[in-house]
Amino acid sequence: MPVLTRAAIREVTTLAPEVVRLTLDARELAPLAKPGQFVHIRCGEENLLRRPISVCDAKGESLTLVVQRKGKGTAYLSERRPGDVLDLLGPLGHGFEIGEGRYLLVGGGIGTPPLLYAARSAPQADAVLGFRAGDAVILEEDFRSICGAVVVTTEDGAYGLPGNVTGPLKEMLESGSYAGVLACGPRPMLRAVAEACAAFQVPCQVSLEERMGCGVGACLVCACRTAKDGREEMRRVCKDGPVFRAEEVCW
Amino acid sequence: MADLSVNFAGVPFKTPVVVASGTFGFGREYAELFDLSVLGGICVKGLTLRPRLGNPPPRIAETPMGILNSVGLQNPGVDRFIEDELPDLKTLGTNIIANISGDTVEEYAEMAEKLSEAGVDLIEVNVSCPNVKAGGAAFGVSPQGAAAVTRAVKRVSKVPVMVKLTPNVTDIAEIARAAEDAGADALSLINTILGMRIDIKTRRPVLRNNTGGLSGPAVFPVAVRMVWQARRAVKIPICGMGGIMTGEDAVEMMLAGADIVSVGTALFRDPLAPLRVTEGIARYLDENGYPNVSEITGKVQLY
Repeated sequence: MPVLTRAAIREVTTLAPEVVRLTLDARELAPLAKPGQFVHIRCGEENLLRRPISVCDAKGESLTLVVQRKGKGTAYLSERRPGDVLDLLGPLGHGFEIGEGRYLLVGGGIGTPPLLYAARSAPQADAVLGFRAGDAVILEEDFRSICGAVVVTTEDGAYGLPGNVTGPLKEMLESGSYAGVLACGPRPMLRAVAEACAAFQVPCQVSLEERMGCGVGACLVCACRTAKDGREEMRRVCKDGPVFRAEEVCW
Repeated sequence: MADLSVNFAGVPFKTPVVVASGTFGFGREYAELFDLSVLGGICVKGLTLRPRLGNPPPRIAETPMGILNSVGLQNPGVDRFIEDELPDLKTLGTNIIANISGDTVEEYAEMAEKLSEAGVDLIEVNVSCPNVKAGGAAFGVSPQGAAAVTRAVKRVSKVPVMVKLTPNVTDIAEIARAAEDAGADALSLINTILGMRIDIKTRRPVLRNNTGGLSGPAVFPVAVRMVWQARRAVKIPICGMGGIMTGEDAVEMMLAGADIVSVGTALFRDPLAPLRVTEGIARYLDENGYPNVSEITGKVQLY
């Protein structure tokens, strides 16, 4: 069950150009949050809609969010300072389902943060994290402190392995024995991850992004076309997702 | 405290605040956030005779103080609504208003018959959805179309019928009168205003449907004006909506001529907006010495 609450920002850290990490004292909300869920945040008076931000981590009363400045809403969030209070609705959505065994986490860009909480919640985890450029790499040390193997790729080749996540992903699927793959990132990346997992017959869960309205499943604007047992339907990214079984998503 | 109850088209409402169709689903999600029995009523997500998948995403775009949506009447169809959703809705202790859209006059009538039989409190006839080709504005933009649908629904409905008007017309008074003459028990307005946004980087519309319906504070003055025009044109009660965010907005809408008001887009900013709107109305009534909320309807003092 979500709560509507106010939470003070304790710390703001710049992780990369245009990317900040907000650490909040969220006494009511943080203990409820599960990996893959999100919070819907009010962004001042000028922005009518809240903005959905994935939970990067939740520990005790502390809630960590990572925000990339893209539009007006994320600009508002990026400009917050310690002591500022945010109006949060959450935790919302259906998160990652994590069982026994070793999980492989695949993150792309600003899709990386929610995998950190997933990594901490999995019995064992490895990670492949892909970024556009060397200076866009975030949270690498955090993942290294939790995961076994961590592979970083950059498209400009300035850091880690050059290229995208697909190559290392296939190698790891080939050599390792994974209970599942958990992925979050841009849609083309998720599709490639889903295809690789299908080829290696490893269960894959993907966290999708879509423009949202209410955030709670009532307004139906964040639709995702899925198919299950041959029956197509529109499901709600905010309520039925954001995490879906990859094989059910109509790419 | 002032009496907030209203008799609307013969249906008792404990408060004049209802939630707008399409913003509240079938109530299940917001029931996790507040006690829905405090609402005057719930207008459920727009229903069609058969299930609809709706339009492809993106279905929403933010605009200055508004949103454009192009959901396209995604719904499970009237039969599944009656079977899966209505039984729970009827236990909530608030009025249930079924919103219906059809491709033909006959479809409207078939749905109205099923729903009034199933025991909804009111039927809202949507002749104003801007996001699907049929089943909406096609009927609502002409007096003849609005009247034909209204007559067909009235013939079969055992419960009061409220006709939801589109603002995308030149003369709202003419359509309002046509609906009243055809037997409508009430009107609701405004539905969304047809709009469009374009991403100048990609030169693509922001909505996958190209156009969508504008709602939120951006449309509020248009809604107030149209409710006022409709009030002058008809005697039947009016549910006023369009960008109401606060109790003060609701009072303004009622002064223009609304008997009850509907809150929609405000929910996306503040899920508890209907409660705050209700409190705001009560405060205004107390501060201004009105013992009953219906006393402010249409009380704008014109120049």
